[in-house]
Amino acid sequence: MTVRRVMGIETEYGISVPGSPTANPMVLSGDVVTTYAASRGIRPAQASWDYADEAPLRDARGFDMGRGAAHASQLTDVDDPTMANVVLTNGARLYVDHAHPEYSSPEVTNPRDAVVWDKAGELVMREAVRRLASVPPGVNLYKNNTDGKGASYGTHENYLMSRRTPFTRIISRLTPFFVVRQVMCGSGRVGIGVESRTPGYQLAQRSDFFETEVGLETTLKRPIINTRDEPHAVADLYRRLHVILGDANHCDVSNLLKLGSTSLVLAMIEDDAFTTDLAVASPVRTLHAVSHDPTLRSTIELVDGRSIRPVELLRRFHELAADYVQDRWGADVDADTTEVMHWWDTVLTALEGDPMDARRWVDWVAKLSVLEGYRDRDALSWGDPRLRAVDIQWSDVRADRGLAHRLAATGRVEVLVPEAEAAVAMDQAPEDTRAWFRGACLRKFPESVVAASWDSVVVEVPGERTLQRIPILEPLRGTRAAVGDLVDGAPDIRSLLASLAAADGRAD
Amino acid sequence: MAGQEQIKPGRRDDGPDDAPEPVAAPAAQVSDTEIDDILDEIDGVLETNAEEFVRGFVQKGGQ
Repeated sequence: MTVRRVMGIETEYGISVPGSPTANPMVLSGDVVTTYAASRGIRPAQASWDYADEAPLRDARGFDMGRGAAHASQLTDVDDPTMANVVLTNGARLYVDHAHPEYSSPEVTNPRDAVVWDKAGELVMREAVRRLASVPPGVNLYKNNTDGKGASYGTHENYLMSRRTPFTRIISRLTPFFVVRQVMCGSGRVGIGVESRTPGYQLAQRSDFFETEVGLETTLKRPIINTRDEPHAVADLYRRLHVILGDANHCDVSNLLKLGSTSLVLAMIEDDAFTTDLAVASPVRTLHAVSHDPTLRSTIELVDGRSIRPVELLRRFHELAADYVQDRWGADVDADTTEVMHWWDTVLTALEGDPMDARRWVDWVAKLSVLEGYRDRDALSWGDPRLRAVDIQWSDVRADRGLAHRLAATGRVEVLVPEAEAAVAMDQAPEDTRAWFRGACLRKFPESVVAASWDSVVVEVPGERTLQRIPILEPLRGTRAAVGDLVDGAPDIRSLLASLAAADGRAD
Repeated sequence: MAGQEQIKPGRRDDGPDDAPEPVAAPAAQVSDTEIDDILDEIDGVLETNAEEFVRGFVQKGGQ
């Protein structure tokens, strides 16, 4: 496999009401979801979530956590009618996750599409903010991962992997990569420590919130490698690797690299293609230490005793990936992989010299260049509230207020996915995964779809006493190429079910 | 490589607010006018009461 695989990004957005820090975030998040859903003609009760196959307490290491031992926030499969939860025609899930509105992108097959549907999610949030602004003071949303006061909320990546790959190999090979990946993918943060008690600047929003190397939890004792084993697909064939330590990105290049480089490292793990051991000593403490050094000059220690700069370790991963791609595909390599390898090399070359040269491509560098400008011009110390205000407002989803959007709009940040393309993806699903079928059912038969999930669509057929559940357990079936004609040719939901059953019979 | 320093890992979030600031980031090679333009633009949209804005941005923990 190359950078191409089934993947997706889920993001919890920061939420606040201007001037009302005590406003109830659960109610507000519900408002965000229902307001957007209504604007798209979706009734929350109409296309709700089908929880039948959710198993958040299943562990990739092979044991289930007892429900009695689980923190309440880990119980995500309990259907609470007060929690708004809808499926969009682009195949995404929009819902309230604890106290944040969350957009989980549809399944895509490559890193660039992951960026497209991630940006579409931010436009969904922007549209909700615009509509809620008609009732002052409105609601503001932020694509970031911490309030700088001890709370963090996630941007998770999901990668479909082969079930055959031993999980212990994933842990040993992926952990060192995740310790240093923040150097090219971190979004930058003013303040050191989970409550920002030490003034300063660090590479990543999330790193200080990680306390263990491997584990099932996502809301406390967060692990570098999360073991949640909930494949949302044929469980004998696939595992869904749930990555929880990344930051939300605004720079397209960093976002593309986050998905692309990780997918390629996973391909090498699946093929057992690592020719050298790059294990890092004390991964959790080193994760923090790397984030705390924006000069990129300090070294970290590998288990074999070598000292190496984080950017040098990333270069080692790049070299191994380049050799792997050359060895497996040579000149036949796909364009998606070529694009990722190009940016990986370009960004590392910049970071190896003066890191500020990467300010067009990497969030933490772009943000730092603005913050250093303020520090120089106004002689501000890192503890100045204006710098923390810049940090927060950086991720405001509004085009006119969000500082990252202002920089992108004035050509100061490299844009790989134009906003117009992301706007189309707010309503249209990727065509080359089952997300297409899920979205098509909602678009064409909105009155018939009772619920949906990653691996099912539940429909009500007029005259039938029971609901019909259409399983979509193969992420690469249900594509436009596979079922587009059947969906387009079906005048009603009963006809669609009949033609799907006939096609299944022929396939058998 | 000469001049490198070993990171001392393990700093937890218990440092006082007056702790010495970390090593300064590398100087930006951006031209002064370009940075000035950016700052002027941001000045125009940045929350006017930064302290209150920062204090008011309080989130519940998530995943």
